[in-house]
Amino acid sequence: MAELKFIEGYPEYMRKLIDIVNKTRQARRDFTPKAMTMAERDEVLQVHPDYAPGGKRQILFGPNKGDMAANEVVDLLEAYPVVDSKVINLSNPDYSVDLLIIGGGLAGTTAALWAYDKGVNKDKILLVNKLRHGDSNSMMAEGGTQSADRENDSPARHFLDAIGGGHFTNKPDVLGALAEDAPLIMKWLCDLGAMIDRNDDGTFVETAFGGASRRRMHACRDYTGMEELRVLRDEFRSRQIPCLEFYPVVEFLTDGNRLTGAVLFNLETGDYKIVQSKVVILSTGGFGRLHIRGFPTTNHYGATADGIVMAYRVGAKLRDTDTVQYHPTGAAFPQQIIGLLLTEKLRGMGAQPVNIEGEAFVYPLEPRDVEAASFIRECYVRNKGVVTPTGMKGVWLDTPLIEVKNGSGAIEKAFPGMFRMFKRFDLDIRKDPVLVFPTLHYQNGGIETDPWGKTNIESLLVAGEVSGGVHGKNRLMGNSTLDCLVFGRRAGITASQILNNKLPFGKLTLEHLPKYIAQLKNANINTARKAPIILPDYRGKAVLARMIDVF
Amino acid sequence: MPEDSNIMDKIAESNRSVVTGIDEKEIQYWVTISVLGRKYRVPAGLTIMQAMEFAGYRLIRSCGCRAGFCGACTTVYRIEGDYRLKTAMACQTRVEDGMYLTQIPFTPAERSDYDLDKLRPGIEALLNNYPEILKCLGCNSCTKACPQDIDVMEYIAAGKRGDIAVMAEISFDCIQCGLCAMRCPAELAQYNLAQLARRLHGKYNTPAPEHLNKRVEEIIQGKFTKELEDLIKMSVDELRKVYTARDIEPE
Repeated sequence: MAELKFIEGYPEYMRKLIDIVNKTRQARRDFTPKAMTMAERDEVLQVHPDYAPGGKRQILFGPNKGDMAANEVVDLLEAYPVVDSKVINLSNPDYSVDLLIIGGGLAGTTAALWAYDKGVNKDKILLVNKLRHGDSNSMMAEGGTQSADRENDSPARHFLDAIGGGHFTNKPDVLGALAEDAPLIMKWLCDLGAMIDRNDDGTFVETAFGGASRRRMHACRDYTGMEELRVLRDEFRSRQIPCLEFYPVVEFLTDGNRLTGAVLFNLETGDYKIVQSKVVILSTGGFGRLHIRGFPTTNHYGATADGIVMAYRVGAKLRDTDTVQYHPTGAAFPQQIIGLLLTEKLRGMGAQPVNIEGEAFVYPLEPRDVEAASFIRECYVRNKGVVTPTGMKGVWLDTPLIEVKNGSGAIEKAFPGMFRMFKRFDLDIRKDPVLVFPTLHYQNGGIETDPWGKTNIESLLVAGEVSGGVHGKNRLMGNSTLDCLVFGRRAGITASQILNNKLPFGKLTLEHLPKYIAQLKNANINTARKAPIILPDYRGKAVLARMIDVF
Repeated sequence: MPEDSNIMDKIAESNRSVVTGIDEKEIQYWVTISVLGRKYRVPAGLTIMQAMEFAGYRLIRSCGCRAGFCGACTTVYRIEGDYRLKTAMACQTRVEDGMYLTQIPFTPAERSDYDLDKLRPGIEALLNNYPEILKCLGCNSCTKACPQDIDVMEYIAAGKRGDIAVMAEISFDCIQCGLCAMRCPAELAQYNLAQLARRLHGKYNTPAPEHLNKRVEEIIQGKFTKELEDLIKMSVDELRKVYTARDIEPE
């Protein structure tokens, strides 16, 4: 690194390439490449990691036997439990609650607030978190939340955009709920005091995004998820709802059919606690930290698919396990932030993808999978990408065009987070383009639900990224925070309704584990792998080679 | 199209160090940092967080989003030969030679419980929940400590004037890492005060817009239910036609 000469954050050779982008900017100001036809979309998708050969295999047993999923996910389904059912003492639960919520991102926090609103005794709610309350992908959502609340827009149109973007594979009734509830959620956020971007006349600022037919994106600068979640968490804390941190769930408990509780693991002391609960809401988020197909990720540290692993063991049905969302614009330079998210809103406000020759090569707002595939094609098929000092390829995202189109100062106003992130590494996104490449972003599929968060397992509700169906095989921007909020709310309401029926506690057993292990053995899966994995491991190879296990 | 699986292999290879941990054989340039007083030789160019992991730490506390949004990896450090204490987010700061590092995984700051419906934007709401705001000495330690470069002292000053709007606007990018509170000689929890101010501002100074209230009313009346139900029942072929035919709002 010390040898490379850097000029304002970029090595000299990249600086020369930026000159080419600068030269074509004025001409590109009024030129946008045409959107692809359906046939063109299908063609470019052949280089998308979901469609390119390899990377997946069949699930060999259980409710989704025969379905394809990413190798990294199947590895975790084909893994042994971390707890030994013969050793765990289930006779004296440490917590007896009506509602256990697992995961305090947007979905779990929303569920807690709505269960409370609908009359569940607050002291009978328990929210458990792997890390801190709020450590989640929700916190990192930059771009926004969709809601069809302008005169020329409608929930039906929102539905249509989403189902087209999802290649018509979304579960329609669940998607209908998402679109119809969105404005209700937006109103709820306003009433709780969330600062959603406004025009001078008080109306919402609403912007375009990939796959949209109307401007429908609501943002809180580029800290949308953070603003939404910190407001809800503040409300949650003011209501004094019980909450545990650094206590991931490592296994569910059942009475043989119904979900009846969970085993918690104290990440710091290593002991376990037993929770008995009448209803469980699972909102553990996604799997970005599995680094599917070797991609870097935008996801937070704890996004390791724990929820689907544990739910599959008790027989929950998954869907759309064969697709993964790669966000088109992950950072490709500098090395310290590879894979981190550059919000789609940058393109929504005019930033253009540009190749090494300074050409705008793709319509900037295709659905995410199409846009991502077009970047991969530009870099690896057409060889018009830019190579970084560490050997990554990427295309330019011409951010200065935002200020050409929206006036000077637009970037600092709308993207303070992005501006700050690059400035920390001496790059100025107002003056220079940034280098981007697709990054692993979102678990499209997950546990199948009905529109009220119910699954095929009694007393197990799910909400948020861990669920599957609402986005089908590809999610549009602004539908993930919305998914968490809509189905967090619905799961909270559903839980309160179930609890109204004077449900008794169920027996606590781990008898699903020996059954699961038998399925593994029947399928000839001989492995030392254990799951859930809880956290990824990024320790240096030299250190790992010398580990000794003393105490 | 050429060999597509080959493309995937090439991509994975180019990302290997980010995804699976760093192999020191590939490293040319090194720096020495000190973690809790113990020295480690680590690759130059890593973030503080990546460098600690390279050194062998498997993080539980002090690691959250890894992207500068969550405030978990609050770090205090000093550079050898310099007496000043500096602050940073470990995931967003490059290691430097001679860094002496420690992390602050938790801030034991006071926060007030309140019912937003019973408050109004103004000085009373702040004083009733955080009377210590008046103790601010104007020393600027909070602003100097903020890893987001927020002018914390300025928004506390605005709060003392009862200017909730300014407080909310200035503090908006706060990631609630707690460094301001840890450095404050007057023992304020600035970031909690700011949270209250932003919620007051959002709720009362910028209430839900009319176009949203109207839409909510329409939804409650079931205005869109039939149209949605029709779409839900449609075959994929029909949906494809309606989708392709929909008009796109110009930029």
